[in-house]
Amino acid sequence: MSVRIALAGNPNSGKTTLFNALTGSNQFVGNWPGVTVEKKEGKLKGYPDVTVMDLPGIYSLSPYTLEEVVARNYLLGEHPDVILNIVDGTNLERNLYLTTQLMELGIPVVMAVNMLDIVEKNGDQIYIDKLSEQLGCKAIQISALKGKGIKEAADLAVRAVSQKQAVVHKFDKKVEEALSDIESALGNEIPEDQKRFFAIKLFERDDKIAGQMKKVPDVESIIAKVEESMDDDSESIITNERYVYISSVIGKCLKKAKRGELSLSDKIDQIVTNRFLALPIFAIVMWIVYYISVTSVGTIATDWTNDVLFGEIIPPAIENVLVSVGCAEWLQGLILDGIVGGVGAVLGFVPQMLVLFLFLAFLESCGYMARIAFIMDRIFRKFGLSGKSFIPMLIGTGCGVPGVMASRTIENDRDRKMTIMTTTFVPCGAKLPIIALIAGALFGGASWVAPSAYFVGIGAIICSGIILKKTKMFAGDPAPFVMELPAYHMPTVGNVLRSMWERGWSFIKKAGTIILLSAIVLWFLQGYGFGPDGFGAVELEDSILAAIGNTFAWVFTPLGWTQGGEGWKMAVAAVTGLIAKENVVTTFGILFGFAEVAEDGVEIWGNLAGCMTAAAGYSFLVFNLLCAPCFAAMGAIKREMNNAKWFWFAIGYQCGLAYCVSLIIYQIGTLLSGGQVNILGLIVAALMIAAFIWLLLRPNRDDGKLRVNMKGMAGA
Amino acid sequence: MQTLRETAIGKTVSVVKLHGEGAIKRRIMDMGITKGTQIHVRKVAPLGDPVEVTVRGYELSLRKEDAQMIEVQ
Repeated sequence: MSVRIALAGNPNSGKTTLFNALTGSNQFVGNWPGVTVEKKEGKLKGYPDVTVMDLPGIYSLSPYTLEEVVARNYLLGEHPDVILNIVDGTNLERNLYLTTQLMELGIPVVMAVNMLDIVEKNGDQIYIDKLSEQLGCKAIQISALKGKGIKEAADLAVRAVSQKQAVVHKFDKKVEEALSDIESALGNEIPEDQKRFFAIKLFERDDKIAGQMKKVPDVESIIAKVEESMDDDSESIITNERYVYISSVIGKCLKKAKRGELSLSDKIDQIVTNRFLALPIFAIVMWIVYYISVTSVGTIATDWTNDVLFGEIIPPAIENVLVSVGCAEWLQGLILDGIVGGVGAVLGFVPQMLVLFLFLAFLESCGYMARIAFIMDRIFRKFGLSGKSFIPMLIGTGCGVPGVMASRTIENDRDRKMTIMTTTFVPCGAKLPIIALIAGALFGGASWVAPSAYFVGIGAIICSGIILKKTKMFAGDPAPFVMELPAYHMPTVGNVLRSMWERGWSFIKKAGTIILLSAIVLWFLQGYGFGPDGFGAVELEDSILAAIGNTFAWVFTPLGWTQGGEGWKMAVAAVTGLIAKENVVTTFGILFGFAEVAEDGVEIWGNLAGCMTAAAGYSFLVFNLLCAPCFAAMGAIKREMNNAKWFWFAIGYQCGLAYCVSLIIYQIGTLLSGGQVNILGLIVAALMIAAFIWLLLRPNRDDGKLRVNMKGMAGA
Repeated sequence: MQTLRETAIGKTVSVVKLHGEGAIKRRIMDMGITKGTQIHVRKVAPLGDPVEVTVRGYELSLRKEDAQMIEVQ
């Protein structure tokens, strides 16, 4: 008979370490259906038919955060055979709060009290037998980090299967009476051993519990009676009673050593989040992360993969093989330029990403990441972002792909989605050639163009944050910033490497497909078309892509691109920029008849100046900065959103914003520079500005409700 | 009414009542700030918000705006 163990516990309780120790390398990482919450499952070492499900780290089973709703839906709906509850021994009080809730689910609970090594080092004493007796569940002390007691905890959990979980904790008499009244009002659809949980949730007026019941009894009068006699709301009554109960348990089971001086973690924190030192230290840490993962090691590794491995080594080798077997030329092209090029585009990002993920894993597990949120919260929360959005944006100045992937460190769903959508507005390294091209060709190399591109990017992030957080898509999900600041500790090498590899692999697997496919499609579109000899391989200007560009160039007329009669070249260049943004410059080179151009396209400056006004040039630049990023970054966005609707919303928003801003820039720019003004265009631009202002200033529609589609999660 | 927001750094206070409702109030309670709990205000973030407090033996950060919901004495 197969057994399912659910691993539940607070964040920072060592849950991931325990999960890794329990399952070894035998893990499957995915997402809970329809949401961005990570789902991990593994086979228990030494037990071939026992699976362990790692639930999201949670503090409670309230209906307010996505992680909590995901966890309780799994526990109620899938009914695992046993819950292994990991508890931080250095912080029993708050950790047991979740335990009291897990006990009410009608599933046997086994408690693993972790951090035995630190508890002992502190000189504290936990009377584990007493704790077990008081709470009414099996309990064992372990150290996940040192590998102590793990096998025993697993054995206990397996043996607890099919045992009945008794509920020892009783609330106040008035509450208990109300609960039993509610229980008897529940229909037969609720299994007997889950009735208490449902009754408590109904008593708390939990708005998510009704979604799991066919018939919801009306218990309002029962609740109101208790609330009146206890002079508090029902949710507070329950929470208070739980903590009062825990305090009484702790009093009997925990002996704390007298602690006069500060712990090492306290001392570190005094310096690291010091009023004056915090920001300089933060700047140094960020500089190190950026310098190593973007400027030096990461870029060297990525350049090597792109230029040497996928430039000088693999393609010639494959070409030799293909030529020697007499492969058809078009197939050679497909394999070399389409497939190998596409695979190279995916793998080229991986080395840099791994270096970055190594840092992120370290910062997260040592406890500094929480401090980053603490330090930066004040600035970022105004734009609907998290303090932790700083890292994705910083990395985004190097490359948007790892930037988007770095958003994984943000726990809050809304903040994370907002960060994913806006990170690629920051000009990345590949957009610099476009900036140099436009600055050189149309602004005489003026020094303000490059900084202005960064201001446009930052402005787009700020405005998008303010606008989006008021939209229906984002309104509602509350983002309480009530965050634990975990004690600092040295992470283990194994855990850091594992986290790095998991994230890198998920990029290759989930983002790789879309990147590869789109690279092949675009390779076909720009290499094939109707030439003089009928359909076949042609130069870029005869390709299908050019034909499409010609057909749709009018779309960009309001942006000023078609003014010089060469609008289709701009459109084609913008599309090839989707493979990699620096392609915009090379595409212009080809279209204007140069075999090869310098990185900043100095050869074609004259051509561009001949067919574009300065306003049109800047509109072209801004469009390329803000519109959908390259395929690799889109793949990363798709992977991180984990939801087709959100992915297309993000891409659509980026393109729409790019179009509107470019239009405004062209029309207003033409007016200000005394060019030929188009009245209709100017009116549209004015209307767009008015719309922007309205979107920025309209009132918030936050109503504090978590909107989760319970049906979409039913298959969890 | 004195709230956690006005409490000076370094002071230890005890919770009288939680105001407000919904997600934030529940989260504050879930994290262990309930009636009668001792809260020690440790520090303010370098930009002036949020604050860091010690409650039930661990460190918690919360925004001043939310700290205002916590009546203390």
